[in-house]
Amino acid sequence: MKQSKALTVEKELTKIDGGLTLVAYKHLSTGAAVSSMQQSKQYIVPLQQHIGAISQPLVKTGDRVLKGQMLAKPGDLVSAAVHAPVSGLVTDIKAHDIPHASGLSDLCIFIENDFKDEWVERHPLGDDYNQTNSSSMRKIVRDAGIVGLGGATFPSSVKQTEMNVKTLILNGIECEPYITCDDVLMREHAREVISGADIIGHIIKARQCIIAVEDNKPEAIKALQSVIDEDGTGFFKIQAVPTIYPSGGEKQLIQILTGQEVPKGRYPAELGVLCHNVATAYAIHRAVHHAEPLISRIVTVTGHGVTQPQNIEVLIGTAMHTCIEHAGGYTDESDELIMGGPMMGFSLNSDALPVVKATNCLLVTAREENPHKQHHMPCIRCGKCVEVCPVRLLPQQLYWYASSQNVDRLTEHNLFDCIECGCCAYVCPSEIPLVQYYRHAKTTIWQQERERKSSDISRERHEAHQQRLDKIKREREEKLRKKRELLKKKADAQADDKGSSNKSSKQAAIAEAIARAQAKKTERNKNKETG
Amino acid sequence: MLFKRSPSPHIKQNITVQDMMYKVLYALVPGTLASIYFFGWGVVFNLMIAISVCLAAEAIILKLRRRDVTDTLLDGSALLTACLLALALPSLAPWWITVIASISAIAVAKHLYGGLGFNPFNPAMVGYIVVMISFPLEMTLWSAPLGVGDGWPDFMTTFNWVFLGVLPYGETIDSISMATPIDLIKTQLNQFHDVAETRSNVEYSPLFSTISGTGWQWVNILFLGGGIWLVKKNVADWRIPTAFLISLVLISNLFSVVDYSTNSSAMFHAFSGGTMLCAFFIATDPVTASTTPRGRWIYGASIGALVYTIRSWGGYPDGIAFAVVLMNIAAPLIDYYTQPKVYGDPNR
Repeated sequence: MKQSKALTVEKELTKIDGGLTLVAYKHLSTGAAVSSMQQSKQYIVPLQQHIGAISQPLVKTGDRVLKGQMLAKPGDLVSAAVHAPVSGLVTDIKAHDIPHASGLSDLCIFIENDFKDEWVERHPLGDDYNQTNSSSMRKIVRDAGIVGLGGATFPSSVKQTEMNVKTLILNGIECEPYITCDDVLMREHAREVISGADIIGHIIKARQCIIAVEDNKPEAIKALQSVIDEDGTGFFKIQAVPTIYPSGGEKQLIQILTGQEVPKGRYPAELGVLCHNVATAYAIHRAVHHAEPLISRIVTVTGHGVTQPQNIEVLIGTAMHTCIEHAGGYTDESDELIMGGPMMGFSLNSDALPVVKATNCLLVTAREENPHKQHHMPCIRCGKCVEVCPVRLLPQQLYWYASSQNVDRLTEHNLFDCIECGCCAYVCPSEIPLVQYYRHAKTTIWQQERERKSSDISRERHEAHQQRLDKIKREREEKLRKKRELLKKKADAQADDKGSSNKSSKQAAIAEAIARAQAKKTERNKNKETG
Repeated sequence: MLFKRSPSPHIKQNITVQDMMYKVLYALVPGTLASIYFFGWGVVFNLMIAISVCLAAEAIILKLRRRDVTDTLLDGSALLTACLLALALPSLAPWWITVIASISAIAVAKHLYGGLGFNPFNPAMVGYIVVMISFPLEMTLWSAPLGVGDGWPDFMTTFNWVFLGVLPYGETIDSISMATPIDLIKTQLNQFHDVAETRSNVEYSPLFSTISGTGWQWVNILFLGGGIWLVKKNVADWRIPTAFLISLVLISNLFSVVDYSTNSSAMFHAFSGGTMLCAFFIATDPVTASTTPRGRWIYGASIGALVYTIRSWGGYPDGIAFAVVLMNIAAPLIDYYTQPKVYGDPNR
C-alpha cells in the first residue's frame, strides 16, 4: 500500500533544487496589529474568484440581501459559492474589471451597503464536527465558499479527499517577499488556525498534521507552539523551514518535508499528504464554529509606494483604492500596483478593482525599484537560470525554443512543469522576462491544442454525418433490394402456381377471339349474299 | 488611479551581462601582466591591435546591421574577444596576422551568425584558427621569454618587426624568436631526442623550469588564480574548467607513467601553453559551450582529451583552439542528450 510511505519528518529536511534568498521586506507591514476598515458604500463581488466554473447567481437586481447570504452557488463540481459581505441591496449584476492576470472583466454582483450589518440566520456546528461525517463537513466547507487562500484559489472541499491521506501539511511558509498576511494571522489567531486544521484533519482522516513555517517568523512559530502544547494530543507538529524562495510552493514544500517528489501529473495524495494554507484553515474554523462564510480576508497592503504599510482585515468586494487610502495612500514615489508578491504577483492597471478571495497582498512599488528595461540583452546561455530553477528545467533552452516557437522541443524540455516562480528571470543577467515567454508559449500551445481538438471534433462530426448518410443510403438500398426481391419472388411464385392454366386461358382467349371474328365474317358474307 | 502593467517578477538581481564581461576582463589582468613581463612588447602590440580592430569591426558591423552601436560596444564582449585573441597569438606575430584574426573573429564568427548570444563558435578561437591554418610559420614566432638568452627584443626592435617587418642589420627572425616548450619537445621527438634529453640539452635547458616552461608556468599560474576568482564570483562555470583540467591531467599522467621518455608530465601539460587561459576563459565562454550541468562535464573533459591529442600527435604547436571549436560543434548535441530529469519525473 501507498500508506506505508507516510511521512518521516523527524528525519532531516530536504533542500529544494535551486531557489533564491531574497530581501524579504516583511518588517514593513508587521509593525502593528491587523487593522479593520470602515465599511464602504458599495461592494463589487465577482462571480469568478476561484479555479473552476463560474458561480451561478441566486439573486437578481433589486433584491435585498443579508450579510453572509449566498449570492451565487457553485456552477459545477469544481467551483465555489460567493456570499454577501454586507447587508444591502443588489443594485446590478454586470461585467466589471476583475483582478486577474489576463486583465479581463467578468460578471460581478454590485451591492449597496445599508450599514445595518444584518446577518443571515446562522447555525454554527461548533464542536459537533467530531460526530459529523466527512461528506457533511465538506458540504459546510463548500457552502461557505472556501477556496485555497495561498494563491491558487482551488475549491477546498474538492481537495479534501479521504483517499489515503495520512498527513495534513498546513502551509504557513509565505515565502514571497513583502507579504505578511499569513504571518500575522498565525500570530494573532493561532488557536483558530489550529482549530481549522483539526477540522480538516477530521474531514480527511489524517493521522498527523505538520504546520510548516519559514524560520523568519519566530513570533508565529511561538504562538502556534503554545497552542499545540496546550492541545497535547500529539496530532500537531510544527516544523520550521529554512527561508528560501519558493519553499511555499506546494510541490516544493512536500519535497522539503518528505524528501519525495510528487510524481509528474499526479496529486500529492499519492504520497499520502494534503496541503492547505493556514488562512484556509482559519476560514474553515470560522465556517464551522461561527457559520460564517468566506466574506473577508487579511490583506497585506505594503511596498515602498504606500505611506503606512500594514495588514488589514478586508471584506471581499471592497475597492482596492479604499484599502490603499486606509494605509495612508500612495507615496510620491509609487510606481506599480501589484496583486500578490513581487515574484509571482501580477500588476494591475487600476486600483478600482475589487479585493477578491485571492488578494493576499497589494504591493505598491517605488519607481526606483522598477527593474523593467525597454530592451533586454540576448541570452548568453550562462546557465544561472538552471542553477536556481526549483523544477530542474533548462530555462535558457526553453527561452530559445519559445522564441522560435518550437512546440515539440518545448514539450520535450517540459515547459508545462514550469511553476512560473520567476527565479530564472530574477537572476538573468540579460534581463530577459523569461516567465513571460513561457506563459506566452504555454498559451499558444493550449490555443493550438484547442484548435486541433475542435477541428478534430468537427472532422469527427463530419465523418459521423457522412457515415450516417452512407448508412441510410445503404439501408434504403437494402430495403429496396429486399422489396424488389420480394416482389420478384411473389411474381415468380404466382407464375409457378398458375403456370399452365394461365397460358391456356390466353390461348383460349385468342382462339375465342379468332373464332368470334371468323363467325362475324361468315355472317357478313352471308348477309351480302342474301342482301 | 491608473497604472502601467509589466510582467512578473517585479524585482531583479542586480547583475548584467556587462558586469560579467568586465569581471572576466579583470580576472585576465594578472596573467596578462605576466605575459607582458615574460614575453615583452609583442604582447602589448598584440593587445593594442586586436582591441582597436575588434572594436572598429564591431562598430562598423553594428552600424551596417542598424543596431545600437554604443550600448553594444560597451557590453565588453568585443573587448573580451580581442584580449583573448591577443593573448593566444604569438608575441612576435606581424600586425597583419592580428588584424586578419580580429576581423575573422568579430565580423565572421560573431556577427555573421547574429552577434552576441547567437554565435555557435568561439569568435577568438575562430580568428586564431584562420591565421593558424593560413600562416603556420608566423604563428610560431614567440619571443624568447625573460631569463632565456637575451630574453625578449627591445621596444624598437619589436615595433620595427611587428609593424614594418624590418629586423636590425644582420639579424634573422630566428635569432629573436624561439620555439615554445611544447613545440620544442615535439620537434625534438621527431628527431628521436626523448623528453629528458631535450630538457637537459645545454641549449634548451633554460627554457624549462620547475613546473613547465620558463615564463609559461607563471603565466599559467596567474591565469589559474584569476580563473579561480572568476569561479568564486560565480561568473564562470566551475564544471568546465574542473572537467577540462582533470581530463588533461589524467590523460597526460597516464601516458607519461606508461612511457615518460616520449611523453611530458601531467604538470607540464597543465601549466604550458594556453592551458589555464583555455580552462577558465575560453572553454567557459557560455554562448558556445554546453549549457546543461552534466553537459558541461562532458564538454570540459572532451576538450581536455582533444587538447592532449592535438598537442601530442597533431601538427600544430598547441591544441586549444581546435579542441574548443570542435567541441563547440558538439555542444548542441550534448545539451540535447543531457537534459536534467525534472521534478517528479518517474524515471528519476
